[in-house]
Amino acid sequence: MSNPKSAYSVSTKKEKSDTHIIVVWVDNEAGVLARVVGLFSGRGYNIESLAVAEVDAKKNISRITIVTTGTPQVIDQIKLQLKKLVPVHKVADFKRNDKSVIFKEMALFKVVGNTNKIKKAINACKKYNAVILDKTKKSNVIQITALRREIDKMSKNLKKFGLVSVSRTGAVAMTRGDKVFN
Amino acid sequence: MSKLYSGAEIVFKCLEDQDVEFIFGYPGGAVLPIYDELKNHSSIKHILVRHEQGAGHAAEGYARSSGKPGVVLVTSGPGATNVVTALTDAYMDSVPLVCISGQVPTHLIGTDAFQECDTTGITRPCTKHNWLVKDIKNLSKTLHEAFKVATTGRPGPVLVDIPKDVQFAKISYSKPKIEKKLNGKSSNNFSQKDIDNLIDLMNKSKKPIFYTGGGVINSGPEASDSLRELVQVTGFPITSTLQGLGAYPGDDNQFLGMLGMHGTYEANNAMHDCDLLINIGARFDDRITGKIDEFSPNSKKIHIDIDPSSINKIIKVDLALVGDVNDVLKSINKTLKSKKIDLKKSNKQKISNWWEQIQKWRTKNSLNFKNSDENIKPQHAVQRLYELTKDKDTFITTEVGQHQMWAAQHYKFNKPNRWMTSGGLGTMGYGLPAAVGVQIAHPKKLVIDIAGEASVLMTMQEMSTAVQYNLPIKIFILNNQYMGMVRQWQELLHEKNYSESYSEALPDFIKLAEAYGCKGIMADKPSELDEKIQEMVQYNGPVIFDCRVDPNENCFPMIPSGKPHNQMILGPSEKEENKITGKGKALV
Repeated sequence: MSNPKSAYSVSTKKEKSDTHIIVVWVDNEAGVLARVVGLFSGRGYNIESLAVAEVDAKKNISRITIVTTGTPQVIDQIKLQLKKLVPVHKVADFKRNDKSVIFKEMALFKVVGNTNKIKKAINACKKYNAVILDKTKKSNVIQITALRREIDKMSKNLKKFGLVSVSRTGAVAMTRGDKVFN
Repeated sequence: MSKLYSGAEIVFKCLEDQDVEFIFGYPGGAVLPIYDELKNHSSIKHILVRHEQGAGHAAEGYARSSGKPGVVLVTSGPGATNVVTALTDAYMDSVPLVCISGQVPTHLIGTDAFQECDTTGITRPCTKHNWLVKDIKNLSKTLHEAFKVATTGRPGPVLVDIPKDVQFAKISYSKPKIEKKLNGKSSNNFSQKDIDNLIDLMNKSKKPIFYTGGGVINSGPEASDSLRELVQVTGFPITSTLQGLGAYPGDDNQFLGMLGMHGTYEANNAMHDCDLLINIGARFDDRITGKIDEFSPNSKKIHIDIDPSSINKIIKVDLALVGDVNDVLKSINKTLKSKKIDLKKSNKQKISNWWEQIQKWRTKNSLNFKNSDENIKPQHAVQRLYELTKDKDTFITTEVGQHQMWAAQHYKFNKPNRWMTSGGLGTMGYGLPAAVGVQIAHPKKLVIDIAGEASVLMTMQEMSTAVQYNLPIKIFILNNQYMGMVRQWQELLHEKNYSESYSEALPDFIKLAEAYGCKGIMADKPSELDEKIQEMVQYNGPVIFDCRVDPNENCFPMIPSGKPHNQMILGPSEKEENKITGKGKALV
């Protein structure tokens, strides 16, 4: 285990870690995010990214999407521990390479430079649903939605076209087809 | 229009509707409205402690000995922070506590007001759940939910933080309606097929063992009856964790004694060699498992637990039954009966070799020690205490350290809820206030805190509480002038460098007892021990017993840290060859 949960579980067997997307439906009340995040930090689980917002104003439900890495045993623990929290309604878990699930992250890029450079930057972003949110003679703010590694790549590639600022969200997820997770 | 009640009145209305009889607490500015209301509610008695940690541990002792939730009332700021240790202790040992704390008025929250602290923030990781009640409308609902969360599923502590203005605000009150089940958080989740699988495994097994824990106690006295029935029907050996002692009679022949770091040789070896391990309400704690890689390597493992997150947390199991221990055990017993399976008879041949092997381990007599005529050996003191109090339905609490292990090894419990000790958190200073709580719940019973002199000094102030309420608790101190367990580890791991583990100045415990207004007794010769213990037991009032024991005694047997079950140190002579080295040294 890469992440021993007890001093005594110093194990010789190494289990493979996988990236998982954990989706948690919670009551939207004060401190609920602290409970979820505190559980992760308190038990030594890691959070790669986090996205949270209310999704049902009537029932007062928020949806938290957490990207984390762990062995199957750790991922199981994360889910079971989350389910024990009083404001948690349900917990879903997807592997990052699960084809039946859509994962998306959003990023905003500010590019500053001459028209030529900005054009090149927009071109490079095209395949990631690029939207121009702001435009001046010297600058552009481009929004893209893509996978994590694609955004990683873009924030690297755009440097040569005058990228000066990046702002990005955590991943959100949804299953394909007509199925709803219950 | 219905009558309006203040927040403080609502607090008591809720406590009355929850049948609360005792509150352990300490007043302060932010809870004054609640204290002001106390006089109008004669069915609820307040026990004034001397420190909020004491209130928490007393409530734990009350809860664990009575099966009812313990209620704590403290003020904001330091009142709340002082109770954190007790909340954490209750969380680790699954004790139902409801802690009500005062808070500065809502309009002052976040301004660094006098005696303000972020109580819900501080207690979030050490409670099952907590609430800050900012609106009087939510107060009664929250308090009733607090009791529900504390007592259902795997029990634990909760905290309700009530700002002072909410205590003054007014609203109507209605009794709680019949509650729905917590959304799946406390319900059983096992099928008849699981039970059949379990019985099948039991049928096939040649070397079975029951490994039981505090879950049996938490499931109520009926669970202990069900356990006794199952163990007797199957004829299987049984061992128990520290917290499970008393669920099965300690003097029964099928009981192998406690397992784990200071468990018996036969219990630990049976755990290592068994082919079927049935965990009932225990959690594979690291004090129990020793080295994970070599834990019970050849067994099928079954885990019965109410908390789904306990399953596969430390040890992967082959069959898990999530549910209340008593429900599962009753189900097993019923199936055994209806199928007319008599495991004792049908399995007798199969497991007779197993019992022979266990008898061989038993002959090692691993709890043995060299007694002395000159010094009182601490093990001897516990044995004598047991012999002289076993007919009295005695309640035992302990502090933490060597004396705790000696008490667990040498005091035999026959009933559940008679043994209150801090296992998970290992809180020195737990036993004395816990004894206060136990005595409150059982005013006519004999309550003894088997203590160490270092531990007991951490919460000694609660003797004053015992005197105030005429609680005849007996503090039986095994005084070896050392933090004994620390000294033992320094001897085994740190080349006898006894760094800061010796108390150079200890109080005169007889004078201390007298100063508090109770009785002090001292014994330092084995010949006078029995007589003085009798004197303590017969005295009608609180006693501090200073039992001066051999300061160099170590607690054996012992699984050295980082070693598996079958590599125990049995006594001082074996220490050298089984030296703790390498990685083991870094473990706790």
